[in-house]
Amino acid sequence: MEHYFQPEIERASRDQIRAWQDERLAKTVRHVYDHVPYYRTRMQEKGLTPEDIQSVDDLHKLPFLTKDDLREAYPYGLLAKPLSDCVRIQSTSGTTGRRVVAFYTQHDIDLWDECCARAIVAAGGTRDDVVHVCYGYGLFTGGPGLNGGSHKVGSLTLPMSSGNTERQIQFMCDLGSTILCCTPSYAAYLAESIHERGLQDKIKLKAGIFGAEAWTEEMRADIQNKLGIKAYDIYGLTEISGPGVSFECSEQTGMHINEDHFIAEIINPQTGEVLPDGEKGELVFTSITKEAFPLLRYRTRDICVLNRKPCSCGRTHVKMSKPMGRSDDMLIIKGVNVFPSQIEAVLLQQGYPANYQILVSRENNSDRLEVQVEMVPEMFSDSVSEIAQREKELINALKAMLGIYAKVTLVEPKTIARSEGKAVRVIDTRNLY
Amino acid sequence: MTINQLSVFVENKIGSLVDVTKTLYENEIDMRTLSVAETPDFGVLRAIVNDPEKTARLLTDAGYVCKLTPVLAVAIDDRPGGMYRVLQTLEQHSINLEYTYAFVTRTTDTAYMVLRVADNEKAIQVLQEQNIRLVSAQEVFKL
Repeated sequence: MEHYFQPEIERASRDQIRAWQDERLAKTVRHVYDHVPYYRTRMQEKGLTPEDIQSVDDLHKLPFLTKDDLREAYPYGLLAKPLSDCVRIQSTSGTTGRRVVAFYTQHDIDLWDECCARAIVAAGGTRDDVVHVCYGYGLFTGGPGLNGGSHKVGSLTLPMSSGNTERQIQFMCDLGSTILCCTPSYAAYLAESIHERGLQDKIKLKAGIFGAEAWTEEMRADIQNKLGIKAYDIYGLTEISGPGVSFECSEQTGMHINEDHFIAEIINPQTGEVLPDGEKGELVFTSITKEAFPLLRYRTRDICVLNRKPCSCGRTHVKMSKPMGRSDDMLIIKGVNVFPSQIEAVLLQQGYPANYQILVSRENNSDRLEVQVEMVPEMFSDSVSEIAQREKELINALKAMLGIYAKVTLVEPKTIARSEGKAVRVIDTRNLY
Repeated sequence: MTINQLSVFVENKIGSLVDVTKTLYENEIDMRTLSVAETPDFGVLRAIVNDPEKTARLLTDAGYVCKLTPVLAVAIDDRPGGMYRVLQTLEQHSINLEYTYAFVTRTTDTAYMVLRVADNEKAIQVLQEQNIRLVSAQEVFKL
């Protein structure tokens, strides 16, 4: 039997959802127009006033917002509430120079937690469950989001954070974790580790909520089999709130977007034209209930499809497919957002040339990042230990920038494949989409 | 009294050294000795060649990263203890030895050591005090 955290919302009629969206959109537009000079200027440039945005039908009139806009606005440029009303920030994983910082009032945290609670209940969570959260805690939204959701449900929450697999498994066995929340690659790794130790009979897991990176149906089947659980996908982004923007139900055929909080559009990434439901394009979100950091028409760069066919779970909110790719060059490696430009910046800063190649692969369901760099006279030495020392410094600088380990391989000059004179920067062999 | 040693960056993969040595052969470069230091991913080929500047130019043109480093070459008796005397002298004067390799020739009872140390001048001084004979590039190639 399907369970809901907020059945009156999750099963609301389409008319009701539309009415909420119209009202909340108009209110949010008025709010940001009055309180955020950035939005006011951008709307004035288009000759718009808040009165022009009365309903979802008017949404297309508003300009788009991009990650670059958010970086430009760092840190307070898009803040729509006084700082004294804010209680939390979260931030995206490393970016060159400026990060994206999102602000939350207590109201914003509450609605984010509710979104995550919907996901946990959809995965079968109740107050009798033990929710084992091994997403990272800190600036990354994964840990705090599921942690808050689990509190709302009333489950016993294990704030494990990431890493220390030994301890993860011990707590899982000793405290009887029933719902696992982490990246799918870490879930697969945990499953392997549990099998290696022969502990599969000692764990009580029944479900997993896995997100923050792309994963295939094969990987889902593998995790479900190895752990004897049902694996649910979850989607979100810091800019919009965090995990729980959308989540999977028992049907496992896409993720329901919490439409009472977020309006989704699909656009043609080249032209910006809004595409009808069912067409593949870039996902754009407008948050309509947030106070501190509401974003209008934020381009996620994720390519996917919306599906409004009635769902067997009884939820009426639109479903989005798993992201099928990106409309920019961002890579998601071990759940962390990585831009090739960040790697390039570190190489140049460390004295290496911009002749590099990024190899991303998946071995035993775990992402692996390798950066190949061409040797140059300035970085060469007759002493192997000196080269190795510089290599180590590069690895540390990459780790500091990206937040994840990258293997560095030094290669001979002019050995990195070039197409039309330009090096092929990224080779991703994971076949995620 | 130093000798210019040629170092070349090579990837640790099949054929890397073949390509370098082919370039040397095609340009009739005479090599007296060499050593290769390696890591799992890459290696550094170090060689004493008859015309290091020309060789470095040739290899750079062929797409390699090269470097010339002044190193010391000393003549030692080709019998037990010969090497020990040299290393002991350096150690007693706290001269850090980065690496060393040795070679012998067909015609004499003398062996030769190439020394890469932190301080060439000081090393020359202390080695000469111990009557350890340093050899020049010309001498190495007359052997």
